[in-house]
Parts: sequence; structure tokens; C-alpha cells
Amino acid sequence: MKKMLKNSVFAVAGLAIAGMASTAKATDLNVVSWGGAYTASQMNAYHKPYMKLHPDIKINSIDYSGGLAEMRAQTEAGNVTWDLLDLVLSDAITGCDEGMFRPINIDKEMAKGSDGSLPSKDFLEGTLLSECFIPQIIYSTVFAYRSDAWGGKKPTKMADVFDLKNFPGKRALQKKAINNLEWALIADGVPLAKVYDVLDTDAGKDRAFAKLATIKDDVIWWTEGAVPPQLMADGEAVFGTGYNGRWFSAIAQEKQPFAMLWDGQVLDIDGWAVPAKGKNVDTVMTYLKWATDTQRLADQAKYISYGPARKSSGPLVGKHATLGIDMAPHMPTKYADQGFLTNFSWWADNGDEMNERFAAWLLQ
Amino acid sequence: MADQQSGGELVLAADGTPLKASLNKAMRKNRIRALLLVTPLFLFILFSFLLPILSMTFRSVDNWHVGTLMPETTAALKNWDGKDIPDEPVFVALVADLQAGAKSREIGKVGTRLNYEKSGMRSMITGSARKAAKLKEGPYKEKVLKMNKRWKELETWTVIKRNTAPYTIGYYLNALDMKYDKGGEIVMQAENRQIYGKLFLRTFAISLTITLICVMLAYPISYLLATLPLRYSNLLMIFVLLPFWTSLLVRTTAWIAMLQSQGVLNDLFVFFGLVSDDNRLQLIHNLTGTIIAMTHILLPFMVLPLYSVMKTIPPSYMRAALSLGANPTVAFIRVYVPQTLSGIGAGSILVFILSIGYYITPALVGGTGGTLISNQIAYHMQSSLNWGLAGALGALLLLSVLALYMLYNKIVGIDNMRLG
Repeated sequence: MKKMLKNSVFAVAGLAIAGMASTAKATDLNVVSWGGAYTASQMNAYHKPYMKLHPDIKINSIDYSGGLAEMRAQTEAGNVTWDLLDLVLSDAITGCDEGMFRPINIDKEMAKGSDGSLPSKDFLEGTLLSECFIPQIIYSTVFAYRSDAWGGKKPTKMADVFDLKNFPGKRALQKKAINNLEWALIADGVPLAKVYDVLDTDAGKDRAFAKLATIKDDVIWWTEGAVPPQLMADGEAVFGTGYNGRWFSAIAQEKQPFAMLWDGQVLDIDGWAVPAKGKNVDTVMTYLKWATDTQRLADQAKYISYGPARKSSGPLVGKHATLGIDMAPHMPTKYADQGFLTNFSWWADNGDEMNERFAAWLLQ
Repeated sequence: MADQQSGGELVLAADGTPLKASLNKAMRKNRIRALLLVTPLFLFILFSFLLPILSMTFRSVDNWHVGTLMPETTAALKNWDGKDIPDEPVFVALVADLQAGAKSREIGKVGTRLNYEKSGMRSMITGSARKAAKLKEGPYKEKVLKMNKRWKELETWTVIKRNTAPYTIGYYLNALDMKYDKGGEIVMQAENRQIYGKLFLRTFAISLTITLICVMLAYPISYLLATLPLRYSNLLMIFVLLPFWTSLLVRTTAWIAMLQSQGVLNDLFVFFGLVSDDNRLQLIHNLTGTIIAMTHILLPFMVLPLYSVMKTIPPSYMRAALSLGANPTVAFIRVYVPQTLSGIGAGSILVFILSIGYYITPALVGGTGGTLISNQIAYHMQSSLNWGLAGALGALLLLSVLALYMLYNKIVGIDNMRLG
């Protein structure tokens, strides 16, 4: 026993020394992402394989809860400790305009598609909206409903969400103006392509708020993404909005009696931006080129139900790594024609005004 | 003093130095020691509390964006009379600034800043900067006017000119539901965008309600704790402290499980036939839920000061009052309660100020009714990145709390507050 103890002490000491030696040599990359299952999918698809290929690089995964507040604080203080940031497109546009992020020449600095196509052609149309942003996944904010709520009746379109007579019960919506206003207009009969034209007029804004008011008494407003699946699981709500990845794990992993209502899904893009004043810009660019190539993006879809942002990755999407479910039908990109892309420049211009109006409307 | 010194004899210490100097020397050592003892805390408060507050407050008036990033336009607009769209020289300056801003990638900050004043200015600035980068030669006025229809509006230029000033009251106007109208006069914000005034009032009303409920609930508990024999009161004390030691999120989530319509409380109501199954009470995701959860979380802050004050009141006072002929109610109201006022005051101030700043619990259980002003401050800090407005709202909140504190001091007297 004593000898074993002694040996293990030596072993631990040896490991510690080896560890110190390797950290002394290694370059640390601080990669910031959303945490939870999402960061785990990046760990498995990108970080771990890359560290295996490049033993001199150590990737530290840091969790954050979104938004640019910390990034801006670091940039203003002149001490940027983050090397790579996972963020939504709208934040990338804002940060790029404020000079927080490094512009990337996508055709020169990123990998070609597996079919040899230029990156600017290989990434899905409409995803390259900021020169500082490399798309990674397509996700969607989408409605799900309790499939046991109304006997045999099933909602099929956005208007059903606003139909309290045929589909009674509480709706769990995010406490934000964005998306809710668009959905209200779609339910009111505005075609997908016309939503922002209508919303840009005063009458259109009034119309959206008026339609939203028809279900106001039956809404539970949520602020944390984990809440809507919980509310539906508890039977508190019959409809809920949420990120499609969370619905997937509720349905496929936790076997909840939920079903997806893909109609009117809001497609959004999540991806990478490189802080302009980061300390390891060159190292991180090499990593980024590798981590956003065709195979890597397809690999990530094995761990989470978010669609890869490259066309060439689509055919490579396989089965879920542990559940063995074919992932392709769970990708929001499959139902892209039923959804729309948020008009970010409209929201950048009108977000402040709409937030105030929405908050005032909630208090009425 | 001086007269006394020159008139009287100098008193000398044993070693021959004047007593005063020798005393000073001894005192100086003490003073330095006291100063050194205080320094760590003072520095801590300075760097982690005072400086951040000052810097956020400064942001609420700071208006460097246009003046710094568009220096030529700022200079060119100095003599503009504000009556009509400016002439070519201003546009030459504007194009130069936009080109420089596009190159340094900082023009977006101007767009963001101006968009707070008028929706749409952001895309006007960033879009025009992209187009201006390709402009080779003048005359520029016509070309710029074609870039975005807003350049043709007089209001655009009024807004730009107003924000060439290095300081602004714009954020405070916004925080008070006011704005500049097209002519630059200060007016109330449109009805459907008035929000912050209402939220301030609602925050104070909810905090006051919670404070009152806390007093009513905590008073009997504290009385029991203070009068029971020690071995019982210690056990009860643990019941008070246990939730105090539990994480805020855990307690909030527990309340959701208790109060939701398929939750424990409603199940009990249905079981006992108090409400019908399809008519369950909505106790959470509204104002009721916010008040219940926050009262529970803040209750220990009321119980502890009340308990420690009641503990020091000798039971003989009540006995004396009774033996002098007061009936129990009179004795309690006229003898016991006045002695606990200092504890009520201390507890109320703690609970009230804490509840004014709460935002996690209202965000989780509040629904529509539970939004407080701190939720909006957090939104502007984290999501909209409008730190100027967040600073202005924070400064107003701080000011109103200080005002209430002074009012309290005037009515009750802060010296009467005791935490134990």
C-alpha cells in the first residue's frame, strides 16, 4: 500500500512537471462560446481533434451568455484576452461596425470547399453578411407544441399559434420584440417576403402589435432559453418558441411529447469572429481555417442538430454520435423554404425604438 | 488659541520638548496606523465601487463620437444656420470624414450613437461610408444626397449638429421619456414609447409593497425568536437562515415549481376542491409571483435586524407596563413597538434598497408584470450596448434612492437605525 502510494505520488509529480513543461511551450487559445451541449459539440468536432494534430496548441474553452458587452469592455480597456468568439450574426455586424473584429478576406484566408469551390460560393447564400464573420451553423428560432394538447388536431401554420379558439392554452414566447413582430404579421396574412416591407411602415408596426395583443393574455414571456421546453414539459404551455437544438434534445433525448411547427421558423446564423486586438491573431486564423472546412462543419452536426453553413458539408451530415438518429431531417436547413432570415440591418436601425415600444406595450 | 499660547507658559515634556509637539508626535503614529488599517478597504471601495460608478455616470453625458470621429464635419457645421440643407463645403467635409471613418473602421460608432437619437441614422451613416469610400471627386452634395434619402431631411442635420457637442443630455432625456422634436425642442416621447418613468414608479411601488409585507411577516417571527428559550429559538433561527444560505436561483426555481398552474400549490387547491381543475390560479409569471418570490428571498434581511433589536429589550419593561395598569395591547403598542422601531427601520432600508436593484428573480418569474427598471438597465448593458442610457438610468436610480434615504433620515432619523 505504502509503495503504491509512493509510486502514485511520483506519477502525479511527473505528470505535473510534464504538464508544466507543455504549458510553458504551448500557445493558449481562448475560445469563447455558448457553453452546454453546444460547446461540447465544438469540443468534439473541432477543439480536441485540433489539439491532437497540434500538440503545441492548447485551446481553452470559455463560456459566455452572448452579447458584446464583455468584448467591448475588453477592447476599450486595451486588454483583449479572447482569441476567438462564437457569436450570432447580428452581434458580428455591430461589432464589425465598431471595429472590434478583424475583417477576413474569406476567399484568401479560409479553406476551399471539399469540391474545390471558393469559400464565398460554398457558404450558403445570405450568410456572408459581415466581412468579420465566418458562418458555422444555421439554427432557427421556431415553434414547438405539445402533440397531446388538442386531441387529434395539429397546428400546421403560424396563424394557428394565434388561433385561441381551435388551439387554446398558454404560449411561451421570448420577451423581445424581434421575431414576435414578424410572426404576428405572418399570422395576419403577410407573405414571408413582404414582412419587413410591412414592418417598415407605421401602419405595419401598429398591425403587428395589434395582432400580438390578441394573444397577450395567454402568453408566458421567457428570457432564458432553457425555460420554454421546461414550461411545455410541465404542461404550463402548449406552444413555445425556442432554438431548434433545444427542441431536438427535448424530443429525441428526453422523449417529450412535443412536435415541431417549422412554418415561420426564423433562420439565424451563428459563427466566428476574431477580436481585432487579440494576442494570437495568426495562430487563431490557422485554427479557424481548419475548423471551418467542409469536414469539420459536417462533424459538428453529429453532436447537435444545427445545420452546417457550407453547402459542401450538407451531404456529409451523418447520424447522431450517441443516439444513432439520422440527423438530416432535424436540420432547420431542410425546412428553409418555410422560414425566413431576420433582416438585421432593419433591426439595427429600429431595434432601440421597437424595444421601447415593446416594453411599453407589455406594461399596458 | 494663539492668544493663549503666546500669553501662557509653554508646558514642557520630560525630555524638554514642548508637550504639544510631543503629543502630536505620539498622535501622528496612531493616525498613520489608523490610516494604514483603513487603506486596503478604502482602495478596494475606490477601485471596485466609486470609480466604476463615476465612469458609468460620466458615460451618461459623454458625447465624444461625432466630434472625434467626424472632426471636419464638426468644424464645417459650426457656422451652419440650421435653416436649410447645408452647402457643398459641409459635404466635402462629410465625405472626407466618412472615408476616413470607413478606413479606420470606426464610423459605425457614429452611426450607433446617432441612431439613439433617430432610428435609421445607423444604416444611413454606415451605408454612406461604404459608398463614400468609392467617391473620387466632387461636387459631392448631389452624390451624397442620392446615397440615402435621409440626407435630404433637415432633421438629420439638426441631429448631427446637436451631437457635435462633447457632452449631451440626450441619454437623460431618453431615461425620462423625453426627446428632441424635429425643431430641436425638448418634448415628451410618443405615448407608445414612454416606458422608463412607468418602470421607475412600478419599481418603487413593488419594492415598497415587498418591504411592508416583509415587516408584517418578520415581526411575529422575530418576536417568537427573541422570546423563546434558546434551544427552540436556535432551531427556528436555522429555518430562517437555511433559505438565506441557499442559492438565489435555486429558490426562484423552487417557487416556479410550487406556484405554476400545474404546480404543488394548485394541485392542493384542486385536491381540496378550492378551485376547479380547468380554472387553476395563475400565481407565477405575473406580479403576484414576483412579489411572493422576492418577499421570500428578502425576508431574512428583515428578520435578522428585528431579532437582534428585540433580543436586547428586557422583558421587565412589558411587565412594568402591565403592572402599571396598561392592558396587553396598549402595553405592546406603546411600550414594546417603539423600542423595535430602530430594527424596523434598519430592516426596511435593507429590504427596500435590495429589492430596487433586483433583476434575476423578476426576469425569471415576472412575466409581463414583473419587469423592473433594473431589467432595462441590464438590457442596455448587455444586449443593446447603449451604455450611455444604462448609465443615465443607473444614475437616476441612485439619485432617487439617495433622495428617499434623506427623506427617511429626516422623518425617522438615521441615528435611530440599529442592526443589533
